[in-house]
Amino acid sequence: MNISLFITCYNDTLFPETGMAVVHVLERLGHTVDFPRAQTCCGQMHYNSGYQNEALPLMRKFVETFRDAEAVCIPSGSCVAMMREQYPKMAATTGERKLVQDVEKLLPRIYEFTELLVNKLGIDDVGAFYPHRVTYHASCHSLRGLHIGDIPLRLLRNVRGMELVELPEWDQCCGFGGTFAIKNAQTSAAMLADKMKNILSTGAEVCTAGDNSCLMHIFGGMHRQQANVKTVHIAEILASTEDTSTEKVSARDASSERALMQKGGGA
Amino acid sequence: MTVRIGWSATAPDFQDAAKVSLENAQLRRNVKYATDVIRAKRAKVVNEVPDWEQLCQAGSAIKAHTLRHLDCYLLQFEENLTRAGGHVHWARDADEANQIIRGLIEQYGGKEIIKVKTMTSDEVQLNRDLEAHQITPYETDLADLILQLSQDKPSHIVVPALHKNRFEVRELFKEKMKLPDLGDQPTDLTDAARRYLRQKFLSVKIGFSGANFAVAETGSLVVVESEGNGRMCLTLPDVLISLVGIEKIVPTFQDLEVFLQLLPRSATGERMNPYTSMWTGVAPGDGPQAVHVVLLDNGRTEVHADPIGRQTLHCIRCAACLNACPVYRQTGGHAYGSVYQGPIGAIVTPQLQSMEHSQSLPYASSLCGACYEVCPVKINIPEVLIHLRGKVVREKRKHLGGKLDPENLGMQAMSYIFADAKRLEAAQRMARFGQWPFVHKDMISKLPGMLGGWTQARDLRPIPRQSFRQWWRKRERKPNA
Repeated sequence: MNISLFITCYNDTLFPETGMAVVHVLERLGHTVDFPRAQTCCGQMHYNSGYQNEALPLMRKFVETFRDAEAVCIPSGSCVAMMREQYPKMAATTGERKLVQDVEKLLPRIYEFTELLVNKLGIDDVGAFYPHRVTYHASCHSLRGLHIGDIPLRLLRNVRGMELVELPEWDQCCGFGGTFAIKNAQTSAAMLADKMKNILSTGAEVCTAGDNSCLMHIFGGMHRQQANVKTVHIAEILASTEDTSTEKVSARDASSERALMQKGGGA
Repeated sequence: MTVRIGWSATAPDFQDAAKVSLENAQLRRNVKYATDVIRAKRAKVVNEVPDWEQLCQAGSAIKAHTLRHLDCYLLQFEENLTRAGGHVHWARDADEANQIIRGLIEQYGGKEIIKVKTMTSDEVQLNRDLEAHQITPYETDLADLILQLSQDKPSHIVVPALHKNRFEVRELFKEKMKLPDLGDQPTDLTDAARRYLRQKFLSVKIGFSGANFAVAETGSLVVVESEGNGRMCLTLPDVLISLVGIEKIVPTFQDLEVFLQLLPRSATGERMNPYTSMWTGVAPGDGPQAVHVVLLDNGRTEVHADPIGRQTLHCIRCAACLNACPVYRQTGGHAYGSVYQGPIGAIVTPQLQSMEHSQSLPYASSLCGACYEVCPVKINIPEVLIHLRGKVVREKRKHLGGKLDPENLGMQAMSYIFADAKRLEAAQRMARFGQWPFVHKDMISKLPGMLGGWTQARDLRPIPRQSFRQWWRKRERKPNA
């Protein structure tokens, strides 16, 4: 299958390793991945912060870029939720029938990364190996926006060598909420404190999720406290195999992957 | 017209008020404990109803239908209540409501009233108005009594004194009721309140209430409560005055079968609340012989005119969204600066007031959606919050100061950058370069300006040397590398 990757603006900029992992997993499963260069951002930050007019051109751009895709893979639950919940409404406000139809036609081909694997490709064992104690944080937008249910957990349960431990109060928000984390920094930090307490109570080495936004927030709090928990996007766990796992173990320890990238980097 | 929502016109912004609440460890402990208890009870009794989802859909549909024909149903209600011997008054705003109610009390020669828990009376600040005119209101709901005695403000829609624990209540009652030996068991406290209130129930001639529902078909009012104080206020006095928001109408008596299942389970986690009182005008020789209903607009017509905001008027004030909200559970209700707190408060208050004093409230949410999930009448609170944020932004940008606000400038810059992938790539390079003064030991721990909110409690990994798109480009050039 030809799968077009929408990496999302913040993964592109801040978490390239997640995109690399998505590509590895999909190619390992025998699919072709395409990265349309014109892509930028889904418009969520603008839309949710009250800048709805600014979000509209970004939606147009997305629709334009991915119009002909066979399937679009997005490693971010919240961006997918944004598209499913808001794009039809945004298109309707323009009164442009063509745009409404384009959005209608494109949306069924859009998948969050784990949804793509389980619902579209029919796979819940991707042959991953990850010898760690891991807890899963259900991001609010996957949980209540996408109604993703146990899809990520089904994938994680089939990862060999991994011990999956349930996170207490797993359905509670971590407190990120986009600009909420800045506008209401204290309240956001209080929510984060509860989330960190629950994560630490599991004794997990790694906290995973389908959204790097939550993980960035959780990592930020954990690192500030010098707590010994790493945050790893679910795609990176699923990309990990017996060959690569030792490298991945230390990935979040000493940012080895990042270091590798930086050595090879430079633009 | 002066629309007033409690003290919200003078309340500080949510961000500032939340800081104060977050410093109060006892309050946070009380709020967490109480909301945990109610959430667990709710989950249990909701899960045992096999058709809960259908009930919620029915509740939402009835409300949507009623709002579409609100003008007809209000007039039908007036007609039927008048026929049953009641009197209907119309109040455009808080001042008008208070004037009408005060006028009625004076007309019946009253100097005091006994009150059932009434959100609308808090909304129009009735007690303050009455006291200024030498009329004494006695709150008879236990929590409202606690707040009245301690001159405190409600922090929850259903459990207004939820921020206080029983030890704090005992200290209050000991002092105010002059009971030096009062125990701290719940029965000791309710017993003290009962003795304190009994005399009022038997002597005060005017009762006052709100209503959970007003049935157009019959002209009946319905009050749902737990303590029995309401039943006494509604039956013992000679005169009964009720202040009812215009959105409380339901078309038929049968519609109550839906709401009387939804409300108690959502509000207190009970299958059925202990007391449900219904009355239709005057019953000769039984109960109050003068029955007045004041129908309150106070900004509701404005909300009704907004196609997205309108669903806010579905609300049956169950407060399930407060108990579910991770923000409310941290800050408690006072931070919202209103008689309506939590997620529903964050959309009710700014809409009724046309945003004037409550522009911070639509942002008092991480948009996690827990409120929408538990709402028994399917109010999409996140959708309304985002809609209101749009209004705030448009309002702010009408002025130069708003245009030059760092947030607005930042958002404009981002929208320019995201319009083109090449610009995004250039911005990524610039940010990578520009971040170096803030990076220490491969970590960012202090950021300036607005972004400093992040680094108050969190670190941030710097932007890596290579973006995904750069990696992809290199890979394309050397596919086998």
